[in-house]
Amino acid sequence: MNQGVAAVSMASAAEAREPSRWRVPLAIVAAGAALAFVPALGLPAFYDSLLYLILHWIVLATSWNILSGYTGYFSFGHGAFFGAGIYTSATLMARWNWPFLWTLPVAAAVACVLGVVVGAIVFRVKGIRGEVFALLTLAVTFVLGTIIVNTPIDGGNGVSLAAVPIPKIGPTPSSTFYLLALIAATLTLLVAWAIAVSKLGAGLFAIHDDEDAAEVMGVPTYRYKLIALAISCALAGVAGGIHALFLNYVTVGEVFTITVPLTVVLMSVLGGTRHWAGPAVGAVAITLLLYSFTAANYAVAGKAMIGVILIAAILFMPDGILPRLQRLWQRRRGDRPAAVLARAPLPTMPAHASAATVGGVLLQARGLAKSFRGVKALAGVDVEVRRGEILGLLGPNGSGKSTFINLVSGHFLPTGGSVVFEGHELAGRAAHRIARAGISRTYQIPRPFAHQTVLDNVALAAMFGGGIATPAAARREAMSWLVFAGLQDKALDRPDALNLHQRKFLELARALASRPRLVLLDEVLCGLTPSEIDDAVALVRRIRDQGSTVVFVEHVMRAVLALTDRVVVFDHGELLAEGLAAEVMRRPEVMHAYLGQADDTESGRA
Amino acid sequence: MSGFTLPSATLLAQSVLSGVFVGALYGLLGLGLSLSWGLLRLINLAHFAFAFLAAYLCYQMAQMGVDPLLSLGLIVPLFFAIGAALHAAMMRFRITPFNSLLLTFGLTGIVEALIQTIWTADYRKLESSYGEHNFKLAGLYVPLPELITLALAVSLSFAVWAVLRYTDLGKALRASAEDSAVAAAFGINERRNALLLAGTCSALASIAGVCLALGFTLAPSQIYAWIGVVFAAVMLGGLGRALAPLIAGIVIGVSEAVTMAVTAPSWAPLVSFTLLIAILLFRPGRAA
Repeated sequence: MNQGVAAVSMASAAEAREPSRWRVPLAIVAAGAALAFVPALGLPAFYDSLLYLILHWIVLATSWNILSGYTGYFSFGHGAFFGAGIYTSATLMARWNWPFLWTLPVAAAVACVLGVVVGAIVFRVKGIRGEVFALLTLAVTFVLGTIIVNTPIDGGNGVSLAAVPIPKIGPTPSSTFYLLALIAATLTLLVAWAIAVSKLGAGLFAIHDDEDAAEVMGVPTYRYKLIALAISCALAGVAGGIHALFLNYVTVGEVFTITVPLTVVLMSVLGGTRHWAGPAVGAVAITLLLYSFTAANYAVAGKAMIGVILIAAILFMPDGILPRLQRLWQRRRGDRPAAVLARAPLPTMPAHASAATVGGVLLQARGLAKSFRGVKALAGVDVEVRRGEILGLLGPNGSGKSTFINLVSGHFLPTGGSVVFEGHELAGRAAHRIARAGISRTYQIPRPFAHQTVLDNVALAAMFGGGIATPAAARREAMSWLVFAGLQDKALDRPDALNLHQRKFLELARALASRPRLVLLDEVLCGLTPSEIDDAVALVRRIRDQGSTVVFVEHVMRAVLALTDRVVVFDHGELLAEGLAAEVMRRPEVMHAYLGQADDTESGRA
Repeated sequence: MSGFTLPSATLLAQSVLSGVFVGALYGLLGLGLSLSWGLLRLINLAHFAFAFLAAYLCYQMAQMGVDPLLSLGLIVPLFFAIGAALHAAMMRFRITPFNSLLLTFGLTGIVEALIQTIWTADYRKLESSYGEHNFKLAGLYVPLPELITLALAVSLSFAVWAVLRYTDLGKALRASAEDSAVAAAFGINERRNALLLAGTCSALASIAGVCLALGFTLAPSQIYAWIGVVFAAVMLGGLGRALAPLIAGIVIGVSEAVTMAVTAPSWAPLVSFTLLIAILLFRPGRAA
């Protein structure tokens, strides 16, 4: 198949676009190693301190970005975790006479534990996003600061570290701090890069775009956010531990402020939050800028300048400096990377099931119910889905069809009843576990991840729902599903470049890429033109033929009659009828439900 | 670090009273913030910068012999215009709620630098004749400037409440906040109403600023000191509701004042921020 060859070559091109796997980390390490020779130049101590501050902000901004930039959960509590590191280190040194270097791992651990405790509570509450998350984390900063200032940890007078010896890592004390910060920055950038290109990173970026859809596609959103926060806090804790001795005298008033979070937000937004190196670019720019103003005794002008830059960045470069530069660079090299020829693997059938084995029960829902504050959307239905069939789910608007899909896929928690899939109870399980068990779904209104390419949208489902370990392998798998759905030419486009018909097919490709045994299709045909409907009907048939069982909600009767083996009809949240489509639709109670009571009122009047 | 000391009844009553006074200012500062967040979907950090700018203008005019309350006649229209202009710019660039937070933070930095350039970083205190007219009521010391603040906060909150509840403009504003597309389909001029509301919000900020100048010492860095606690009052009350910030502000003010009297002043922030955390955790929908 010619198309397939071209398409897969594009998938390889997408991989080729990422430079070979080890180039970036090697570059980071090489840059770190080269910069380690700066103290040997014997520059005045003041340069060491300036460089230290740049590296210090690189660590803080990059670590902040691992949670907040990647997932979009903008934390204003980075000062709390940084401060936890500072006070842990300071207390261990001043009170217990610990040697400085030994306090750093403890500082990281304390900040990390604090982050996990906060995250474990906050991430459990749905709806805490955006401004609310920002304010909540900021409040944590002030609560922690108040507690520390009022307890013997600080006692209100600050902690002096004048008596603590500075280890001799560099030739001078200032170069020692510089080298420590250099190690921390190198480590932080490596971690940020490794996360960005890993499965973890793919999950975090998906959370940024649409957390619910990510969860339904198999991303363990709660655990991933917690892991990102833990790493972010541990790195901030290290930065704090080093900074404690650098400051030599720490006070709550200077540590637990709004300044630290706002500075890192500014740096990251300026540099670009969706790139691992964005915050570092922003940190270098802002630190140098601030420094050039303070050095010339124009601190006030510097403050105003920061404000102007922040406003300009939000208005004119909402994606940040780095993505803007990347786009310019790509335009200069020509839009698309050159295609590389490769083999054309079309999706192969899952081994465990095929269209031939129709019959056995795949999924059994019993008494499945859902109420929203007393409104019964689904009042206890029994539905059986048999392996290898196409089951139509019919009913007038508001009859509970979509609710049924939302319950089975785990988007909603049922208020009653059970769902048994291949012998396992699914009711009450998290959506990502249901996805991994082998059930996938589409949304009636397509919900693609807006900031990722069409290919990566599908790769995410292959990675999480389908259990593929690496992004590269997932992209290969995804490409064959794009061929299956006829979207291979759009692989490297953003979803906003697709029309409705293509978006619906993207939903299908995403649902299939995890190789589910059961696919739930929620009105895939709605809004399509007649010829597009014919394409889609053929596609649904192919989905079943390649081995998945299909449940589909649909209003287009032509498609229902053409496709379904069986239908069930819902009305007012209850099961009204079940059987062959042509036969069921002729039953009077079904016609009533769909067409109203016109016959009755007429006969009543007669 | 004295731990718990039970204060006398008079001291406690005096604390509650001063809590009511400072809470009224929290409420007045929170009123405009809550309206713009709840009804315009913009989180205006510059609200605090505007309040301080107004406070410094009031201080400057008082130096030239203008009565602080009379200076409102100039300050209020000025800040109405500033607020409307800012909102026009925000609408032009289609700013999201989160970006409005960052953008107005940038603006706050600029205003802070402006204040610092003109009036320096030193503490300034407005010396007005109001400060001398303090009296005792039932054994409690009542400062006049704070009493003026309370009266302004209460009357303005009720005025805004009445406008939102009973006038066509208020109904239109609430309708736009709930579903702007449907509101527009019913012939509501959303743009004009939004500019009007944004102007009103910063006018309210400037009135709060004058109250601030009457009762507190001013310094540019103090802009940030009010943000946390006023946000706590706004969230505690619920967004876009006129009376809520005042009530929530007084609740926070009184609990802070009692905390200070019973333990030490440095524990006071714990009250407002713990309250804020609790509200956000248990009622996150209030801000959504």
